Amino acid sequence: MNGEAAAPMVGAPMVEAKALVKRFGDVEAVRGIDVQVRTGEAFGFLGPNGAGKSSTMRMIASTSPRSDGDLRVLGMDPDVDGPRIRARLGSVPQQDTLDTELTLRQNLQIYGRYFGMSRADVRRKATELMEFAQLSERADGLVDALSGGMKRRLTIARSLVNDPDLLLLDEPTTGLDPQARHMLWDRLFRLKAGGVTLIITSHYMDEVEQLCDRLVVMDDGRIVAEGSPSELIARYSTREVLELRFAPGEQGGIAARVAEFGERVEELPDRVLVYTGDGERALEQVHGRDVRPVSSLVRRSTLEDVFLRLTGRTLVD
Amino acid sequence: MANGGTASGGATGSGTTGTTGTTGTTGTTGTTGTTGATGATARVEIGSRSAGRVVGSWRAAWLRVEAHWTWYRRYWRSSLYSSGLQPVLFLAAMGLGFGSQVEAGPATGGLAYVHYVAPALLVAGAVQNAIGESSYPVLSGFKWQQDYYAVTATPVTAGQLLGGQIIWIVLRVGIACVVYTLVALLFGAWLNAGALLVVPIGVFAAVACGVPIMAVAATTYNEGERFAAIFRFLVMPMILFSGTFFPIEQIPAAVRWLAWISPVWHGTELARGVTLGGLGGWPALGHLAFLGVLAGFSAALARRYFYRRLVV
Repeated sequence: MNGEAAAPMVGAPMVEAKALVKRFGDVEAVRGIDVQVRTGEAFGFLGPNGAGKSSTMRMIASTSPRSDGDLRVLGMDPDVDGPRIRARLGSVPQQDTLDTELTLRQNLQIYGRYFGMSRADVRRKATELMEFAQLSERADGLVDALSGGMKRRLTIARSLVNDPDLLLLDEPTTGLDPQARHMLWDRLFRLKAGGVTLIITSHYMDEVEQLCDRLVVMDDGRIVAEGSPSELIARYSTREVLELRFAPGEQGGIAARVAEFGERVEELPDRVLVYTGDGERALEQVHGRDVRPVSSLVRRSTLEDVFLRLTGRTLVD
Repeated sequence: MANGGTASGGATGSGTTGTTGTTGTTGTTGTTGTTGATGATARVEIGSRSAGRVVGSWRAAWLRVEAHWTWYRRYWRSSLYSSGLQPVLFLAAMGLGFGSQVEAGPATGGLAYVHYVAPALLVAGAVQNAIGESSYPVLSGFKWQQDYYAVTATPVTAGQLLGGQIIWIVLRVGIACVVYTLVALLFGAWLNAGALLVVPIGVFAAVACGVPIMAVAATTYNEGERFAAIFRFLVMPMILFSGTFFPIEQIPAAVRWLAWISPVWHGTELARGVTLGGLGGWPALGHLAFLGVLAGFSAALARRYFYRRLVV
């Protein structure tokens, strides 16, 4: 699924961070991380809110100076060549930051001009991008009238106006309904197929699992794991997970009773997770022990399980 | 990949197509300092297919003006009253109506009141206009629309963004001043061609008053109650007691210094000087210097605050 082996790295990476630190006063948001993003890959920062993902993204976007450590983006130092780097980046911030009092077309055209593009170029590009984002019918309406999903799509379209070499997406689908999310994913797949390097932050593990070749899991300003989704799952979790739910008040002591049926057992407030290579067999064994859950579910391991294993917490509380 | 690369290579247009002849391999070529668009560069920059480039500072600021103009073309009617009609109404009411009851005397330089008040009303209107444009609209860029953050994610810097905002206010206030001057001409408010100089003086005073408000906006995080206080307790008294309607010599000596530190008074003195005469060279220079220092100092301060808020 991921093309790591197929795309050997030549020369410098798109992004290279060494011992990168971001402080806000006394608060250390990013505590010395090492990251390399290669040309053409889709790279993810996965972690809960407050893990330091956005601070890292803003430093890479060259809109936020680093507090310590070293950072190279497109081979350049953001402290020295900020505008030069930004000229070649696309950035989708958490907030849409669109000009809601202007039309979609005007938003795209004005933005393109900041990248030194000619009027003719931004006109052509705006039309092309509204097609890409399936917003052509709304092209000359006001942004104010758009739904949340449409605004998000427009923000992504806007980030592509300069044909960026590197596209940064900070929580691109937060707050969107499932349909809108899938449509966005589809657009991101197309970009990736077109050779654009993507960096995505998310606290949705399915999003990162779907989109990213490689990711780092962040927690409390640090990187706690790195690899491809399948590698991470193989390394930190089992193939399958058995989820057991119990009636309120009946979960106590269950974890210890079923511990022997899996490689590992996690107890969450509302359920018990049994990590095992064969979930169905574990379920039979649980039933054989006369443990009676209200419901049970056998599923494959996800990055959520990896995160739980690494931090003892779930991604979205 | 080759397909996408080719498509975007075509899209990037002129400068970069030369290098993207090898689009199939752009994904892996990695470091070459040779992008067709930027030419030879010593740094180890990774090869590019992007159409983006850095523009010069003045050009960047001007692109912001372009953006404001796009907005203005759609919404100019909504600001017609505050920036266009209001000063004219004031001129009609104060200059012609109230002025008909005022005898020409030493205080008005022996002139009809409409001649006395017309240049001052231009300055007062310009200042109010600029302060209005520098308050909520600037705060919105940081706080509500947050479009300033979108702009500074491009090659345009926070300083260029501020520069564009100031230039925009110069143009916008300038347009309003020209309109006012023409209407005042119909009223017979101008005595001579010196009226032409009143416009740049009004704009200058407006910038000197607007830029400090931009600095305030850049440090405002709440819903902007601050501005309501500024309008009520700073701007209004400043307009009323800066020699707009009567000479500040009528103000008790103990508080007259408040007029001296008012930028509106300095602007008004200059505006009267060029139309009515009676202003010496040194005082004129003094007034200009006061406004210049205020504008320059607050621009430096605003620049600092813009960076502090946008580049964190």
